[in-house]
Amino acid sequence: MKVRAQIAMVLNLDKCIGCHTCSITCKQVWTTREGVEYAWFNNVETKPGIGYPKDWENQDRWKGGWRRKRNGRIEPRIGGRLRVLAKIFANPDMPEIDDYYEPFTFDYGNLHNAPESKAMPTARPVSLITGERMEKIEWGPNWEEILGTEFRKRSRDRNFEAVQKEIYGQFEHTFMMYLPRLCEHCLNPACVAACPSGSIYKREEDGIVLIDQDKCRGWRMCVSACPYKKIYYNWQSGKAEKCTFCFPRIEAGEPTVCSETCVGRIRYLGVMLYDADRIEQAASVENEQHLYRAQLDIFLDPSDPAVIAQARADGVPELWLEAARRSPVYKMAIEWGVAFPLHPEYRTLPMVWYVPPLSPIQGAHQAGHIGWDEESGLPDVKSLRIPVRYLANLLTAGAEAPVVLALQRMMAMRIHMRARTVEGRVETEVLKKVGLSLEQVEEMYKVMAIADYEDRFVIPSTHREYAENAFDLKAACGFTFGNGCSTSGSAGANLFSTKRTSAGLQAPRVEIRRVPANGARPAAPSPAAAPAAAAPPPRQPEKV
Amino acid sequence: MSDFLHTLAFGIYPYIALTVFLLGSLVRFEREQYSWRSGSSQLLRARQLRVGSNLFHIGILFLLFGHTVGLLTPHEIYSLVITAEQKQMLAIVSGGIAGVVCFVGLTMLLHRRLYDPRIRKTSSAMDIAVLVLLWLQLVLGLATIPFSLAHRDGQVMMQLSHWAQHILTFRADAASFLDDVGWVFKAHLLLGMTLFVVFPFSRLVHIWSAPVGYVFRPYQLVRRRGGARTAA
Repeated sequence: MKVRAQIAMVLNLDKCIGCHTCSITCKQVWTTREGVEYAWFNNVETKPGIGYPKDWENQDRWKGGWRRKRNGRIEPRIGGRLRVLAKIFANPDMPEIDDYYEPFTFDYGNLHNAPESKAMPTARPVSLITGERMEKIEWGPNWEEILGTEFRKRSRDRNFEAVQKEIYGQFEHTFMMYLPRLCEHCLNPACVAACPSGSIYKREEDGIVLIDQDKCRGWRMCVSACPYKKIYYNWQSGKAEKCTFCFPRIEAGEPTVCSETCVGRIRYLGVMLYDADRIEQAASVENEQHLYRAQLDIFLDPSDPAVIAQARADGVPELWLEAARRSPVYKMAIEWGVAFPLHPEYRTLPMVWYVPPLSPIQGAHQAGHIGWDEESGLPDVKSLRIPVRYLANLLTAGAEAPVVLALQRMMAMRIHMRARTVEGRVETEVLKKVGLSLEQVEEMYKVMAIADYEDRFVIPSTHREYAENAFDLKAACGFTFGNGCSTSGSAGANLFSTKRTSAGLQAPRVEIRRVPANGARPAAPSPAAAPAAAAPPPRQPEKV
Repeated sequence: MSDFLHTLAFGIYPYIALTVFLLGSLVRFEREQYSWRSGSSQLLRARQLRVGSNLFHIGILFLLFGHTVGLLTPHEIYSLVITAEQKQMLAIVSGGIAGVVCFVGLTMLLHRRLYDPRIRKTSSAMDIAVLVLLWLQLVLGLATIPFSLAHRDGQVMMQLSHWAQHILTFRADAASFLDDVGWVFKAHLLLGMTLFVVFPFSRLVHIWSAPVGYVFRPYQLVRRRGGARTAA
């Protein structure tokens, strides 16, 4: 047993209102730079839908994730090492920018500068890549918002597998849910495995998967290998970029930007302990429907003295062990069994988990639309608006039983709380049927329904002093592109042609002035030096 | 060409080119590694790249390998197996085929870079210059074939490889081997050395990073804070 810790996330889809605040705040922080205008480290999709990029869940097409070979070993679906190298000149499994969307802005200047005319001047769309006018915007980052586009297109959603999807195209039977997506920071990341230059790595201390921007050579294999399509190729810098799990914030004990700003309070962050020696074994389970169980099995009980002893031996700090015992992620994923990994069948052992949504139920129940399951004494979750099979295809590779139990438990929690607060009695019968104790359901209610800040985010800060001399970091420049504090790496005139020409349609960036150590006034900023300084890149600045 | 210019071009310029090539690469790797990448434009347009890039890369890798082995293997070694005439014919046939493959691919890539608006708008001057230089160099290389076919005794080939070997072993008389070779060969050599000069300032640096080590590496990489890297 080798104990490692990871900061994992749970999203309670039951409470997601699809407001996109997470996406917007993430974008403002990380991807407002040229080259990644099209990239959303966090995006919210309306399901059913083909998503962003188009059809990302179709691994027959994009070849993401892992494949179990006949001999029981796994290899990236794009192929073994030699196969990957053979595809290096032109990657046949890589989405084009049109599969995401061509990034655009609008010609706002025309509103101010248009000459007098009979018709109102309009701001027409302009491509951020070519700088040319676009006749029509064909697709966008959230084209299917709230069931946009016709059902025929949306019904290509892969999660309709084994669902009689035709009836869900009818108005009376239609359903929808929101699915916020970000990098899963997998235990068995396919992007790491597929990177020819070895620039992607998982951090041992907190499990965050990062791309070393200096070492990335732009071979693009990670883009294909990631089944969630959450690695983006920066067409300006020629490097891959991805969600960093806001590691500078996590290190300081703060939640990620998407979690912090979530108005529905659906996001939870907590420490999970897992056995690093059993990762490959868990990812290689033959039956895809057993992968969810296999991943649960390699998570370790943070209260078990044997685990604690081994964790200490493996260098997990005491603060982290304490946080693991209070982890909301552990409670939801393991103790209550209400959170599930997204598409475990990709065999990456993802670490961003989801609580399935209960469809609108109160009204339907009162109107008699929902059946009562005599056996469990609960409303029949199979008659909910969202087909259970659809959720199972999304979260458990099609195994319905765990999803049904999770929905029943959430419903039991509602019945219990309603009985207690409205009718003034304690309803234990329903709890017994779903296998929850009174204490558990009270805590479930506190964490999931009330969702106080300190219950949602239990993040121990990083112990920098273990690996770095903090004094040396004093007055360091922090997160920059390339060449540390030197601005030559991002300046316009550059010996090594770092900066490509651009259409120049981005909003003007703010130059960040650095005050020299001797206190002299900073020199006037050069106009070309701004872009990289304006936004921090996902880069690991630390060195020994 | 005057003696002075001849010596400058084939006796001194090779060393300037090699120095810029090696030192420039080193400095860029050390100081500007963020700019060190293949510079793929596949995201913006896959069309023409799938075929073009594969043909180009396969062709040029063969040519690179052929030139290195062909020019730098001493006569005494290969003559144990093959005569100079046979070696020249081998070089003409295999190099000719690889050259044509490479030419088709490179022409597609150049066309794509110049005429696809997305690629053109996002190209730096160096991206275009490198492709044009490579294309010219390839045309010159292919143009040497008729000259070589005119004299099949392998003498010119011997002169060229003597020159290359004498350059690399720092012997002052290297340029004299090229006194009477045809202008096509000279032009090909000059442009070739110029490519070495351009190399560190262009996306060509990605050649240094050919990911051979990937074949021998474990799939998972885990790094500890402070930079130590371990296999998972």
